[in-house]
Amino acid sequence: MPILYVVWTQSKAFVLNTLHAIRQPLVRAADRGLFCPAGDFWIDPWRPVARAVITHAHADHLRPGCESYLVARECLALARARLPEGARIEAVEYGEAVTLNGVRISLHPAGHVLGSAQVRVEHHGEVWVVSGDYKLDPDPTCAPFEPLRCHTFISECTFGLPIYRWPASAAVAAELVRLRREAAAQGLPLLLGAYALGKAQRALALMGDDAGPVALHGAVDRITHVYRGAGVPLPETQAVADLPRKHDWAGWLVVAPPSALNGTWARRFGRAPRVLASGWMTVRGARRRRGVDAGLVLSDHADWPGLLRAIEATGAGRVLLTHGHTAPLVRVLRERGLDAGTLRTEYAGEEGSEEPGADAPTHDAEAPGAVDDAAEASTGMYDRASDTPDTAVDA
Amino acid sequence: MKRFAALYRALDASNRSSAKEAALAAYFADAAPADAAWALWLLCGERLPQPVPVRVLKAAAMQVNGLDEALFADCYEAVGDLAETIALLLPTGGADDGTPLDRWIAERVIPLRGLEPAEQTARLAVAWGQVDSADAFVLNKLLTGGLRVGVSKALALRGVAAASGVPATTLAARMTGGWTPSPQNWDALVSPADVQAGRGAQPYPFRLAHPLDGGPETLGSHADWLAEWKWDGIRGQVVRRESAHLWSRGDEDLDAAFPDLVADALRLPTGTVLDGEVLVAQTGADGGLVCATATTALDEAELPPVALAPFAALQRRLGRKSPGKALLASHPAVFLAFDLLELDGNDWRERPLGERRAAMEALLAAHARSSPQPRLFAAPVLATTDWAGAGTLRAAARDIGAEGLMLKRAASAYGSGRTRGDWWKWKLDPHSVDAVLVYAQAGHGRRAGLFTDYTFAVWDEGALVPFAKAYSGLSDAEIREVDRFVRRNTLETFGPVRQVRAELVFEIGFEGILPSRRHKAGVAVRFPRMLRWRQDKPAAEAGTLAELIALANAQGGTLEPDRVG
Repeated sequence: MPILYVVWTQSKAFVLNTLHAIRQPLVRAADRGLFCPAGDFWIDPWRPVARAVITHAHADHLRPGCESYLVARECLALARARLPEGARIEAVEYGEAVTLNGVRISLHPAGHVLGSAQVRVEHHGEVWVVSGDYKLDPDPTCAPFEPLRCHTFISECTFGLPIYRWPASAAVAAELVRLRREAAAQGLPLLLGAYALGKAQRALALMGDDAGPVALHGAVDRITHVYRGAGVPLPETQAVADLPRKHDWAGWLVVAPPSALNGTWARRFGRAPRVLASGWMTVRGARRRRGVDAGLVLSDHADWPGLLRAIEATGAGRVLLTHGHTAPLVRVLRERGLDAGTLRTEYAGEEGSEEPGADAPTHDAEAPGAVDDAAEASTGMYDRASDTPDTAVDA
Repeated sequence: MKRFAALYRALDASNRSSAKEAALAAYFADAAPADAAWALWLLCGERLPQPVPVRVLKAAAMQVNGLDEALFADCYEAVGDLAETIALLLPTGGADDGTPLDRWIAERVIPLRGLEPAEQTARLAVAWGQVDSADAFVLNKLLTGGLRVGVSKALALRGVAAASGVPATTLAARMTGGWTPSPQNWDALVSPADVQAGRGAQPYPFRLAHPLDGGPETLGSHADWLAEWKWDGIRGQVVRRESAHLWSRGDEDLDAAFPDLVADALRLPTGTVLDGEVLVAQTGADGGLVCATATTALDEAELPPVALAPFAALQRRLGRKSPGKALLASHPAVFLAFDLLELDGNDWRERPLGERRAAMEALLAAHARSSPQPRLFAAPVLATTDWAGAGTLRAAARDIGAEGLMLKRAASAYGSGRTRGDWWKWKLDPHSVDAVLVYAQAGHGRRAGLFTDYTFAVWDEGALVPFAKAYSGLSDAEIREVDRFVRRNTLETFGPVRQVRAELVFEIGFEGILPSRRHKAGVAVRFPRMLRWRQDKPAAEAGTLAELIALANAQGGTLEPDRVG
């Protein structure tokens, strides 16, 4: 009798799940972002919505104007720094589940930047994971990517071609140190163009004490303070703005957003060599187009082997790709017998800048925003689940 | 190979010529003669005869990488360079075996040529394992042909000069006339011995002109300048020493292709070098050259010495390594000299242009009297009373098939290379038509991954017919904007080509127009490029095929576009 009961309930669940899946997907690409109709919330919306679940604080994933935001605890200070004052932001621990209209949501480390998360969505036993941006390579500034089992995996695909294979980050850091010393020998600083949120701090952390005296562009400085506040160990830095204009920059490492490298701001560094750190620097044409002296391959996204490894680890039968070179990877996944496709989103990928917003005006002069790390009291938008979700699903 | 690959990367990484020169000097100071000879030869833009067909190279790479054709094609589209695509896909972990550049080329690259594809594939797989993965790109560049590393020949020679102490101008002079890479030639090149000895058949480095933007008024008094036609042929030097030779500006030996000119040049006194333009003349009923006919706009003194045939006729001669009798008779070549570089074996290049010109005209007048069938003529100097008069002449350039005017400072020395300021080319404004962007393709090199190669169409009976491809003329910011448009407005994809929504209008400039079977429009334009983006103009108001044909016919053509359906 109990056995029959189990069989009955399991088949009922199976039938219901199947019917539900046929009726509508758990997450789909809609006009304002990735939408979960059952839970009535949006993931990384690109236009204002009521409820936004955020994977990370980069400008194309975290946009102002939403009524409420849900972020990972490590992302809270960054979200505060990036959103207008008074924005309603709630934070959860990695792995802590909340429930919204019966849909269970939890955030898990994506290894992209500080506080970046994959969004795990579970409804009637069906599990979807939205990766946000992620990487598998080690990064001393954020929690490592956590593989999650799921039925459907919505993955980024920024570098979805086999030409993208990252060199070891330690070797890239060593090359940076070498370039800085080479510049020092000529009495010059080294100018490193790296996205203000994530890349800059990762490069600094990788170089450690060999980073030398470090000066930061205002936009980088602001985010670096947030990282330090979160307890990320970083070498000592100073703000360029705090140093005298006629400063002797010989031997310094100056870190700025890529867009600042060739602007008026950078004129004070004279003939200092300019270096860009980005996955796009793999291709010679991209290096030459940016007109820099050297292009180092350092990315916070998964490379081709990384994408394949991450997708395989989910055990997902269906894989939907968002931004980047999606067609080749879709083809490869289909050849492996997976149900694969592309979701149309407005996350930057193909446009040629690894981190969207990298070329947007930087808020150099802007005073640091509220980076108060104290968690805002839970507003009760979400029902907190008392347990952590079981990330293993029998796919 | 390792050292040369490192040099390549250093040159590629820097935007500064000083840094490039230093890297070159360090390389040449420390390279064995055979290695240095090959390195210089490659850096000067020379290329090996293709050792392996591209098809075999691709197949070998796919075999080594384990990639299918579609994935390889996607990668190639993103990279825009075959050598680089292959290098990025090769397995990592190759290790350099210490073989120098010259032995790599002589023992592993050149011998590939002509082998069976299977053997080539096997040898390529071995070769890729004998270089550091990071250096595979440079090896692949040797395998696919050119190196193209953003180093001009002049810069490469400055590097050699810094390493050897021999002045760059001397090096340039020693290298003109088909320099081949060998240890002996390298030693001779950097030898401190006198440069003039054993000049042989070598031409002088060609003096180049710069385009004149805007009008000539900025040049000062017109009386200091000589005006000449800018001929629509190919630049050449006639060298008459022990024998006679014709050299192109690319230091290519044209003796076999222009036996008619070389035969006439043998009648010049020895120790003569002329700079001028190679053209094809029209023939009369008797098969001889005919006089140019005067036009309303031009005096007799302003006409070329003989009637010239259009550029297409010269192309027929250039297409033949050694022309037959019939072609020599129907397409006779002429040489219009405009400068004298050597007379009686003496280098005249430091003398003023006026003096060189006068001596040249006297020399060629005597030549015309002594030669039974003269083919070498002095190009006319155009008499002008002021800049406005020069402008009027320029406007008439198309009447005689010229591209515009050359303005040269009368007191200037010939110098060598691209010295700025004394020679200007003042070309005619191009023809232009407003056309609609219909197809786009990703570019190569610096423009890899961006949609920069466009096909343009004009209206004909309510349909857009493509007539030209153009790549140049837009700013980087405009290119990025068009690139975004292409990505968002792709209607259909044909391999690497995207058909886009017919929306963007550009003013396309071009030099001439000819019937063509290759273009759907039935016409083809010469040197098409984008003059500007007509953001003010909707596609419906772009130009028409009838407009193009009218332009062509206004040049004296009677063009009926010969359509092929």
